[in-house]
Amino acid sequence: MTDNLLEVRDLRLDIVSGRVGHNVVDNVSFSIGRGEAYGLVGESGCGKSITALSIIGLLKKPLAVTGGELIFDGRDLRALSKRELRRLRGERIAMIFQEPMTALNPLSPVGRQIAEMFVLHKGATWKEAEKLAIEALGNVQVPAPEERVKAYPHQMSGGMRQRVMIAIALACNPDLLIADEPTTALDVTVQAEILKLVKELCAARGTSVLMISHDLGVIANMCNRVGIMYAGRLVEERPVADLFLHPAHPYTDGLLKSLPQLGSRRLEGRKRLQEIEGTVPSIANFPPGCRFQPRCHRATPVCSVEIPPPSALSHDGFVKCFNHER
Amino acid sequence: MSDNNEPLVRVDGLSVHFPVRNGLFGRTKRTLRAVNDLSLTLNKGECLSVVGESGCGKSTLALSILGLQEPTSGEIFFEGRSITGKARPSRLERAGMAQMVFQDPYASLNPRQTIYTSLAAPLKLHGVKDRTEIDRRIETMMQLVGLKPEQAKRFPHEFSGGQRQRIGIARALILKPKVVVLDEPVSALDVSIRAQIINLLLELKEQLDLSYIMISHDLSVVEHMSDRVAVMYFGQIVETGSWDRVFTDPQHPYTRRLIGAILDPVTELTGQSPVDVRETPRPPSGYDYYPREIGKHDVYSLPPASQLVALKDDHSVRLIAHG
Repeated sequence: MTDNLLEVRDLRLDIVSGRVGHNVVDNVSFSIGRGEAYGLVGESGCGKSITALSIIGLLKKPLAVTGGELIFDGRDLRALSKRELRRLRGERIAMIFQEPMTALNPLSPVGRQIAEMFVLHKGATWKEAEKLAIEALGNVQVPAPEERVKAYPHQMSGGMRQRVMIAIALACNPDLLIADEPTTALDVTVQAEILKLVKELCAARGTSVLMISHDLGVIANMCNRVGIMYAGRLVEERPVADLFLHPAHPYTDGLLKSLPQLGSRRLEGRKRLQEIEGTVPSIANFPPGCRFQPRCHRATPVCSVEIPPPSALSHDGFVKCFNHER
Repeated sequence: MSDNNEPLVRVDGLSVHFPVRNGLFGRTKRTLRAVNDLSLTLNKGECLSVVGESGCGKSTLALSILGLQEPTSGEIFFEGRSITGKARPSRLERAGMAQMVFQDPYASLNPRQTIYTSLAAPLKLHGVKDRTEIDRRIETMMQLVGLKPEQAKRFPHEFSGGQRQRIGIARALILKPKVVVLDEPVSALDVSIRAQIINLLLELKEQLDLSYIMISHDLSVVEHMSDRVAVMYFGQIVETGSWDRVFTDPQHPYTRRLIGAILDPVTELTGQSPVDVRETPRPPSGYDYYPREIGKHDVYSLPPASQLVALKDDHSVRLIAHG
């Protein structure tokens, strides 16, 4: 048993349908310490969301875990029965999603949806649970929680709905909160408020966070360590400051250079943004060797033959690239 | 800065109100004020960005400029000619003036038509009958947006997101409009593709002498692309000015809040925010910022009387006179 809350080891996910199988996530390993916020960054289709879903046991066919281990607090999540997993979900691992409207029940008042958590997981009576729900809604800074518990999801704004989702997720004081693009659907000013709320609540309770996002700014704001995923593989993992200030993988480097950086036009004038050539490969035809190699300006012949192994970097972390020092 | 020539687009006192039926059987009727007495100008060759939260009326403004939304009051002029009201030009004519690039190129292309058919349709409607002329224009357009001419035979699903956005741009430009409205042009794209489209849009602007009105919530893209910025809040412009003034010296509390909320990875880690937004500067004497408390307004009530007050060269902020 280690002191890590979550250990993902050599996780492999495949699309299994009929005779054709496609590999979606290949050999992904990372760990999250207690109270740590870990960020998983990648573009759409890189496998970051399904990695999270596999942890919480919500993968749907034709997707399936085909290899590796998922160790949560010393227990192998893959060996758990459906019932055991259901107990774990919500109580010890909770998740918030991108669009709170689709995750909430439109026909039930939000207070009831929060109270449900206390009834199902803590054995509270509905009467007790209702009081706890008001308290939980107050904790996520919803004004007038006694009134708002009676509101239906459609009567609330996007930001308020996401607060309700957070209240539900944190109701049972979970050890791990998985946040899958929690602020992508929200306005920037609301996004800042929601992130601050998640950060404060999790810090106060010692909750570990797995933050999934394509937004590097959100990750830099929220996380201690970051893993960069590209086409189903984890290509670089570093403490957040190292990663953004001294990216090692050509993909990370390219990604950071391709974004307009705030304030740079004022200092240096408008420069042409550096592009990453080509497009993200589709699942059906991943290139051999390193999957970034066809788009990489540092690629050498070995890149298209062998899969780069992780090379350790100073401080902490690794990069999977043969030419990261060039 | 300003010359005496008529700007390319002039929006003058535009208001767009929608009746909303509410309550049991829709008996109560209220007016949703999407755009309230808004005026702005777009000069030739400029990229004007309109920023603001969802529901602030920026898309309604864009639709009005395209002539797809009839205003409740106010007028819009295109090269001095009114495009609203009774004397407005026909839809065909307006299509040649302004075009739009949509956020999600997949949703805006007909999945059952080849790119060629999609690009040829507007040309045919506009009286280009000659087959070789159509072919030639489609070929040039495909090359302009960085695609191969022979790819025009394919269907939208055969392209990646970035390529589809290139097709969206080609479709908008095929009629050679002078104004292009960009509605969140990169926010639906993969992060590694965005730079390609941003560069392409800036190149095309120079090459084809285009003027852009960009709607976006991504302020780092806005800073990179715009010449001027207009910040909208509840149907009104609360601050407008050249990009460097708005980004280095934001005056209005809402603009400062917006800029303060940007999460830029490098800024986050180094703590060197380009703007110190902790304190709002004092409003000029005799005036106050409007709105003082953000969040106390709704889209149904009429905003209090306020005006855009010019501070410096091409930088104005909405102020409310002390009573």
